[in-house]
Amino acid sequence: MSEKTLTEVTYRIRRFDPDGDTAPHWEEYGIPYSAGMTVLDGLWKVKEMRAPDLAWRSSCRMGVCGSCGMLVNGKARLACNTQVTELGGDTVVVAPLPNFDIVRDLVPELAPMFDSHRALMPHVIREDVQEQEHPTGEFWQSAHELEQYLQFSYCIKCGCCMAACPTFATDALYSGPMPLGQAHRYNSDTRDGGFSARKRVLAGEAGPWRCHFAGECSRVCPKGVDPAKAIQLMKRELVLDYLRLHKQHRPATVAKKATETKRREGIPEPPAPTV
Amino acid sequence: MMRDQKLWTWHLAAGVVILFLLGLHMTVMHLNVTVPLKGLNPAGGHPIDWQNVIARGKIGAFALTYVVLLGAALFHGLYGLRNILFELNPASWLKRTVSIVLLLCGLALFSFGTWAAIAGFSLAKAM
Amino acid sequence: MIESKGHPNRLGIWGWLGGGRWGVERYLYTLHRLTGLGLLTYFLLHILVTSSRALGKAPWEQAMNAVTGPLFKLGEYLVFVAFAFHAVNGIRLGIIELGFGVGPPIEPVYPYRTSLDVQRPLAVGVLLLAAIIVVMGTLNFWVLE
Ligand code: HEM
Ligand code: HEM
Repeated sequence: MSEKTLTEVTYRIRRFDPDGDTAPHWEEYGIPYSAGMTVLDGLWKVKEMRAPDLAWRSSCRMGVCGSCGMLVNGKARLACNTQVTELGGDTVVVAPLPNFDIVRDLVPELAPMFDSHRALMPHVIREDVQEQEHPTGEFWQSAHELEQYLQFSYCIKCGCCMAACPTFATDALYSGPMPLGQAHRYNSDTRDGGFSARKRVLAGEAGPWRCHFAGECSRVCPKGVDPAKAIQLMKRELVLDYLRLHKQHRPATVAKKATETKRREGIPEPPAPTV
Repeated sequence: MMRDQKLWTWHLAAGVVILFLLGLHMTVMHLNVTVPLKGLNPAGGHPIDWQNVIARGKIGAFALTYVVLLGAALFHGLYGLRNILFELNPASWLKRTVSIVLLLCGLALFSFGTWAAIAGFSLAKAM
Repeated sequence: MIESKGHPNRLGIWGWLGGGRWGVERYLYTLHRLTGLGLLTYFLLHILVTSSRALGKAPWEQAMNAVTGPLFKLGEYLVFVAFAFHAVNGIRLGIIELGFGVGPPIEPVYPYRTSLDVQRPLAVGVLLLAAIIVVMGTLNFWVLE
């Protein structure tokens, strides 16, 4: 339906009140359409005009914070990142992200996802703790090395991939696309030395072996992070590691300061060092 | 448990082995007209006719491929089944039971099939 | 671990079939699983049946006679089709799951080009190759033999 003909939209929302309801149920709300309306804008309209007790999570409304992941017309996506007209009709069907418990209405309980995330140590791990805590400079990394993980670092942890994953639909012990993607993001960071530590989880049942490349995570990811790609690349590393062919890299060293070199004319001064 | 890294690598390797051996097996059994292989269906007729079974059974290397295929396919298939069952998220005691039952079934069928392959080979040789 | 008082909302087995939007790779995943289980079922019985050859001609023919008839022939044909798909798709999965054919990490620029798009030619090729094998088998099964 085009912007011009659309004057009213119906929101069909899956609602659940933990204090009163035993099971979720569907409610319908009609609201006026206005040009450029996103699914999130519509939810605010519903709250203003029809259902003041409607609950959901959202914050930045520009696809950056990762709060408003929900099931919109059967697909996990960000409510703020989805135009109503994009859905091709005058009905917007909104449900909480599946595979997570429902706290209330459209609010999913994401804590289990973050538990798996934490278990995979999503941070740079190094032996030189002294240098990490009291840095004397920056760790050296080339632009090419940055590209090996940059795509995966755009993850906003919205949980859409977890809602789309067929394995995670039954297997609560599987780490899932987001935590695995983030584990690979750090495994492939040249500043990191945590491969063996993360392997304690990755080599077992919670690891990437539960992924069969149905590809839904990469299909729904609103940031183009492509978790399925990260997971397959990670499987290669782990198989090579089992075959003892994995190239163990030493975590990058502190980069030399550019004090000895002479500056060319006309190049502006760099900003003051942050560390 | 650090086992899936190891088991899955073998699952994949077994898949490659099966690809060649079962490819051969299927060509012999079901592509015998479209892709005839010399000497593996010498009596003509249907590949499962006794004369053909015996003729294949006489070839020691062929009997050996059956034992390899048997082992590879049992491991590949049963590990695949175990994966599917584990994804249903059963209780940990049930997982242990499933692992043990599948392992025992696999070993039993492997012993039995290997016996059949060797006995079949000796029988064909004697004829 | 934070204790959740929430209402359970896991998709369960239904999620294996169609949790999110359906895509080609989702169908291939389901089909690979079904054919794998089908092949396994056939194979376990197959070991028992073909072992009768170790006992001589009469037991072999007795066993073979027990599994003839149009229904068994159809079953065998389905096993062949399952094999054709599982084998060829298995090659694709083996390549992909070792991190080949999914492309290197890239800068995600909208509209996103994911690993699914990168490997799509492989998926199409798999289906074509499986189709060719099935045609050869079909001729052999129902026409020439
Ligand atoms: C013909 C050569 C074969 C190849 C190349 C092959 C390849 C594969 C691969 C790569 C997987 C892993 C899929 C994944 O992790 O997503 C797999 C799974 C599986 N295979 Fe095979 N396979 C072959 C033959 C067989 C046979 C003969 C059987 C039965 C005895 C079988 C039963 C299974 C099962 C049950 C699974 C698990 C499916 C799942 O987890 O969804 N495969 N196969
Ligand atoms: C569907 C069509 C199939 C037919 C008609 C068929 C036929 C046979 C025959 C006649 C034998 C006896 C040995 C011989 O004559 O050379 C045999 C053995 C064998 N087949 Fe098949 N087969 C089929 C499918 C399969 C499949 C899907 C597998 C799975 C991996 C398989 C694995 C084996 C193995 C391992 C043996 C040796 C068994 C033993 O040593 O006891 N076959 N097959």
